[in-house]
Amino acid sequence: MSGDLVFGLRGVRYRYHGRRPALDGIDLDVRRGERVALLGANGCGKSTLLKLLDGILAPAEGTMTVLGEPVRAVPNGEAAHRFHRTVGLVFQDPDVQLFSATVLDDVAFGPLQLGLPDAEVRERCDEALGRMGIARLADRAPFELSLGEKKRAAIASVLSLRPDVLLLDEPTASLDPRTRWVLVDLLRELGAGGRTVVTATHELDVVPAIAGRAVVIGEQRRVVADGPPADVLRDRELLLSANLVHERDQPL
Amino acid sequence: MSDWLERTAATIAGSIERAVFTEELARAPGWLQGLDPRAKLVACLTTVMAAGFLRSLTVLLALYAAVLAAAVASRTPLDLLVRRVWTGVPLFTAFVLVPSLFLGRPPYLAVHLSVPALWSAVIFVARVGTGVSAAVLLVLTTPWADLLRALHALRVPPVFVLVLSMTYRYAFLLLHALTGRLEARRSRVVGATRGGEQRAWLAGSAGALLDRSFQLGADVYAAMLARGFTGEVRTLRRFRLRRADAWAVAGAALLAAAALAAGTALP
Repeated sequence: MSGDLVFGLRGVRYRYHGRRPALDGIDLDVRRGERVALLGANGCGKSTLLKLLDGILAPAEGTMTVLGEPVRAVPNGEAAHRFHRTVGLVFQDPDVQLFSATVLDDVAFGPLQLGLPDAEVRERCDEALGRMGIARLADRAPFELSLGEKKRAAIASVLSLRPDVLLLDEPTASLDPRTRWVLVDLLRELGAGGRTVVTATHELDVVPAIAGRAVVIGEQRRVVADGPPADVLRDRELLLSANLVHERDQPL
Repeated sequence: MSDWLERTAATIAGSIERAVFTEELARAPGWLQGLDPRAKLVACLTTVMAAGFLRSLTVLLALYAAVLAAAVASRTPLDLLVRRVWTGVPLFTAFVLVPSLFLGRPPYLAVHLSVPALWSAVIFVARVGTGVSAAVLLVLTTPWADLLRALHALRVPPVFVLVLSMTYRYAFLLLHALTGRLEARRSRVVGATRGGEQRAWLAGSAGALLDRSFQLGADVYAAMLARGFTGEVRTLRRFRLRRADAWAVAGAALLAAAALAAGTALP
């Protein structure tokens, strides 16, 4: 079973520039093919945890293994190359991720960085753009896109890397209902076929659709619950204590 | 003075609108829009260099007319091109030249205004106006992304092209952020405010935006690292030169050569 372990974290702590801990003792195992929802209120460290899992931050304390290899520092060189072929992160703010002059340039950025030949890069871009339903936007500048289109373009820019592990940070936040549910359907498709998907969100109604397991990070910045979404979402006391619902909210 | 911040907001909104309009124009059908961006870039550089070497006002005006004719053939609104050029750089150039007008050789007009210096200034402004017109026409008829790819194809260092691309992209985000701050302020201000207050507010906003740009820079770099950025920039090259592009470059070279030859004979 340990051969299936994608991420293994024990007592992981992280702190930005000496401030209070962003993560304070995270214990978490994610196995191959799992679809995990990381639930937590704003500022509980979900984004930081995803950056750790993506290898762009390294734990300050504790141990972390990715695909069986220990990670003690931010990977670079050949290790970074291997890492980013396997693990892809979609950032919360698509404007951060779409930095090129056109959508196609952004989608091609990752595969080109991997040194793939142009023909394969084009094939991957066509596939990723088609999968996200934005092939028509390939030559458009990111600043011309709506938020929903930007979110899709940001996901396509990671899908073109064909990662085995996909990390998504609040992919459905701030979207109108139609766009949100279209994106949820796309995320559900991405999770099919054995890909490991970890999605950070505080939108509880989408969780059953995108995840088979829910991990709750409390305001004390550590894991406070881990289980099937139905069980976690039924536990109102837990959700109240993690600031995921308010007393005045209707039960889910 | 109470309108000062409003004018700033209008200027920012206008800048964004103009950039979007320019992109639309660059994608519209037209002669220059249909050419390979590399060919256009070479043709533009040829025209700019020819204008820079010319000393004949007649030939400079003819070259400027050729640029305007190219704009008409590309269905680019002439008023837009003329306004964008002549309200900007050439006027600034003329101001820079003003002191030299009074330090030149005789003969003089009134108040010690040197006729040879005045003539040199006119030639200089005509050169800059023609060169800038060619450059602005290039920008108006070429999508920004294609222009960057053309620079890359012509061996401009990739890091420079990437920085240019990101500067343009994130300037928009910061302008949007500033517009938002101006609107939020407007919604909370009742009546006129003093100039000092407005300047203090703008200075505070500039500081906040600087802070945001640092944060944005760090986040964007993290996003680049997350997709395997190693410091080397690579792009997809998709251009193919056609006969029409070769003709356009040859035409620009011939025009430049003819202008330089005529420039030695005409005043």
